[in-house]
Amino acid sequence: MRNVLAIVRKELKTYFNSPIAYIFMIVFLTLSSWLFFRGFFLIGQAEMRPFFSLMPWLFLFFIPALTMRLWAEERKLGTVEILMTLPVKDWELVMGKFLAGFILLCITLLLTFPLPVAVAALGDPDPGPLIGGYLGTVLMGAAYMAIGLFASTITENQIIAFIVGVVFCFAMLIVGEEIVLFSVPDFLAPLFRYLGLGVHFSSIGRGVLDSRDIVYYLSVIGFFLYMCVHTIEGRRWR
Amino acid sequence: MIEVENVTKRFGTVVAVDNVSFTVKKGEILGFLGPNGAGKTTTMRMITGYIFPDSGTVRVAGYDIFENPIEIRKHIGYLPEDNPLYTDISVMDYLEFLAQVRDIPKEKRRARIDEVVDICGLGDVLYRDIGELSRGYRQRVGLAGCMIHDPEILILDEPTSGLDPNQVVGIRELIKELGREKTVIISTHILPEVSATCNRVIIINKGKLVADGSPEELSNMMSGRASVVIGVRAPKEEVENRLREAPFVESFAETPSGEEGVLRYRITPSDGAKATEELFKLAVQNGWVLTELYRERVSLEEVFRQLTTSEEG
Ligand SMILES: Nc1ncnc2c1ncn2[C@@H]1O[C@H](COP(=O)(O)OP(=O)(O)OP(=O)(O)O)[C@@H](O)[C@H]1O
Ligand SMILES: [Mg+2]
Repeated sequence: MRNVLAIVRKELKTYFNSPIAYIFMIVFLTLSSWLFFRGFFLIGQAEMRPFFSLMPWLFLFFIPALTMRLWAEERKLGTVEILMTLPVKDWELVMGKFLAGFILLCITLLLTFPLPVAVAALGDPDPGPLIGGYLGTVLMGAAYMAIGLFASTITENQIIAFIVGVVFCFAMLIVGEEIVLFSVPDFLAPLFRYLGLGVHFSSIGRGVLDSRDIVYYLSVIGFFLYMCVHTIEGRRWR
Repeated sequence: MIEVENVTKRFGTVVAVDNVSFTVKKGEILGFLGPNGAGKTTTMRMITGYIFPDSGTVRVAGYDIFENPIEIRKHIGYLPEDNPLYTDISVMDYLEFLAQVRDIPKEKRRARIDEVVDICGLGDVLYRDIGELSRGYRQRVGLAGCMIHDPEILILDEPTSGLDPNQVVGIRELIKELGREKTVIISTHILPEVSATCNRVIIINKGKLVADGSPEELSNMMSGRASVVIGVRAPKEEVENRLREAPFVESFAETPSGEEGVLRYRITPSDGAKATEELFKLAVQNGWVLTELYRERVSLEEVFRQLTTSEEG
């Protein structure tokens, strides 16, 4: 655990020592608030639901932008050789990198607190969907984060890591949508529906906390983090 | 301390390291030599556990590279080729990070960092981003990083490449100093550096180990080929005729003696001949007055060239 924390600290220092973290937070907060308030005043709905439904689409670009450097940069700089000869296990490296990105995401989401405050002042929102919405957002963000980190381990080019990350996240997002389900054989439809990130997100967002959804997200995160470790370890043998 | 046993590593069809074995004892400073692409970096990467060998194994401090890689890495400080470093964090943050993962207790961390900062002369740049530093300073950051945990073993891949001569001397001194109590493997293309710092040399060529011994041993190994210099006071024609006839002389050339009436020749002996002894006998038999007779030392450069170029034929 100590090793994981050391990696987390180093990654957070790197994020905040360069403009990346600030740009990420400012652009994300500006864009999400603007999109939210636009709908807020047009429709006059005093609820957070529209805000949360933006998240899968905003994250699609924001999270791969955050994760693209995590491993690709180490390879580009050659520092991966230092990292991988430290007395640290490969999964600890992956976990440290993942958690650093996750913490930055959580900080950013915390900074969206003026939105629910404004909504509460103007209407009388139900706390269920609010908590569910944030929980779903965090879980979905973490899943994107694991996918993006995996994309970063397969190349030393950050741009490629970003694009591959977006494509993978997009695929995971839409795989459960009706259009896709329509075009696959009937017996596969339930599987695809289960795999889709979006389906689980909307059920949590309604305030329905189903353990199956949480298990689903944790499995996606676990699977992609495992794939990261696998790729990194595999390179020692090549 | 380090045992490399029949280690082979292939990259596709290239055999980067081919069945190499050697051991390094505690306290040795080993110079690791070989031409570009010989397999030095690959070998070092296998010792440090960055990559695994295809066959054979490496043991460090009694641990096997496949069974206990983490334990091995605790004993080693490694400066990889080209000194890779993070650019976006300060020297201090970098050293703190390493001190943490190297398990230096919290209360001792600051003192240890101060110590290596002092040894490597980093005091002036401690809070600057590594990316802003000059090459020499970056090299020092790399060195500071690999010795932060005071490892028993240092593995340095071309630690002085790209430094100015003053810095080279500084780093060489540092390595020598460290070598007093540590086991060091250092790869380099600068041969005088090896003669100056190492007490053991390994030469590898095209993935194969071609020589292993102290610098003196390697010179002696090649001494059959060392030129012999003889100076005599005698008639020139007679001396040259005798040398031409002698079976142990492959060729000879006159060199200025700087003294009136003294002839001086540099002689290349034929293979395996005891040229010095034979020349002495020749002088005695002919009643020449001998003014000097010695075998020239074979330089490490000569040994290196012999071993890494004549292999083809
Ligand atoms: N990751 C890799 N992929 C493919 N081939 C490699 C890889 N690393 C090394 N090689 C090949 O293995 C051989 C040995 O390379 P290595 O880097 O060990 O040489 P070296 O002795 O360190 O050379 P130099 O003095 O130039 O640093 C070379 O032919 C090189 O091209
Ligand atoms: Mg090399």
